[in-house]
Amino acid sequence: MTAVLKLPEPTARVVVNLLRLANTKLPTDIGWALEAAAGWETGNIASAQLGVILENVRKAELLARPMCQDTGLPIFYVRGRFDSSIAKDIVAGVAEATKEIPLRPNTVDPLTRQNTGDNLGEGMPLIHYLPTDDDFTEISVLLKGAGSENMTRLAMLNPAEGLAGIKKFVVSAVLDAGGRPCPPSIVGIGIGGSSDECVAMAKRALLEPLDQQNPDPALSALEQDLFVQLNQSGLGPMGLGGATTVLGVRIRKCACHTASLPVAVNIGCWATRRASARITPTGIEYSQGVRL
Amino acid sequence: MRLLTAPLTREDAESLQLGELVALSGPILTARDEVHLRALKCLDKGQSVPVALQGAVLYHCGPIMKRTPDGWTVVAAGPTTSARMNALEPRFIRAFGTHAIIGKGGMSAEVSAAMHEQGCVYLAATGGAAVSLAEGLAQVTGIDWEDLGMAEAVWHFEAQNFGPLVVAMDSRGHSLYEQVRQGLKY
Repeated sequence: MTAVLKLPEPTARVVVNLLRLANTKLPTDIGWALEAAAGWETGNIASAQLGVILENVRKAELLARPMCQDTGLPIFYVRGRFDSSIAKDIVAGVAEATKEIPLRPNTVDPLTRQNTGDNLGEGMPLIHYLPTDDDFTEISVLLKGAGSENMTRLAMLNPAEGLAGIKKFVVSAVLDAGGRPCPPSIVGIGIGGSSDECVAMAKRALLEPLDQQNPDPALSALEQDLFVQLNQSGLGPMGLGGATTVLGVRIRKCACHTASLPVAVNIGCWATRRASARITPTGIEYSQGVRL
Repeated sequence: MRLLTAPLTREDAESLQLGELVALSGPILTARDEVHLRALKCLDKGQSVPVALQGAVLYHCGPIMKRTPDGWTVVAAGPTTSARMNALEPRFIRAFGTHAIIGKGGMSAEVSAAMHEQGCVYLAATGGAAVSLAEGLAQVTGIDWEDLGMAEAVWHFEAQNFGPLVVAMDSRGHSLYEQVRQGLKY
């Protein structure tokens, strides 16, 4: 979806718009993947799950309601030109959106479990900054529910384990998660880097649309191999059996230490909710998939 | 699709077949991590539990609710991951005579054993289908333990044709998740 709005609109309002868009409208590429899956599933349980999901997606958009009650933790990515004041705008936008849309207050103290009520809190929301010399400010958000986020895995493999080791680890991570992350899922994978960067890449990969080919041919081939293998596993929608376990596989990589082979898996549920707003001197352009 | 009426009896639960699609009407309540912890803590202290949990249909769910002039309205209410309650559920089922649990993703063999003993089924709701599922929970009848926060409080609903739900773990110790897991191609 692309819409151009007139400026000026306060950045906090852009953040509310982003959260509303991400929560209420499934990205088109994921919608297509679900429609295709519904076409090839033959079992009545798997078909029923996909039927309910597609109906839910339509109703959420029509009624402008969050498609899932777990509106997640919003993870923000800011790219382009900006200054430190953008953090304040994002904080204000999250608080406003929580009341207005409404979002479920999910943010708690990790030890006392006390809920802050507004999705803010120590260190929250998370914001990643990617400064560039471009003539725009782009704010992206990824909503991560806990069902899928809790299935995150990191392995510091031995370099000797190579590609086979990577595949084995990813397949285990997805299949051992079973129905918990709400499959059919989208598998975000990070390869290389340090342990922290590896996990960050796996999550960032979930922002990318499924219908864009990976520019790295080796990674593109690995994505396709894993896609086929995972969908032949039999896990199926909601872990209840079937031909659709994943809707897509997205891989990011970067260089790593000669003695390391970090691999991270960050699973996105079928409702991988994402949205971006690119603020240019002439307007604001909204979209729902971006490669950072 | 078979329509069930809550609260379920042991006989109702035992009549359900693995893989059957059902819908449910009648009273149900939400209970997730904090409700399980608090209810079991009451029992530990020898106190009575101030919430009517006995025989209730449990829904593993933390909904989005909105305050209205005359109470509450449900915005979105899909299931949460049941496995988080694995360590707490066997004792809960035995203590409160639970005959039906609604959730997603399935539960452990220990939970299955307690379900077998008590005559309890596990009904899988479609994860993430929060707007569609909320339609079956339009009637909000109350809230307990509001201090736990929106996601963790006990919300009472009068369900109407709530579903579809899949009988994913039956009262005889069988689990569809386990069957799928055993057939997985790695």
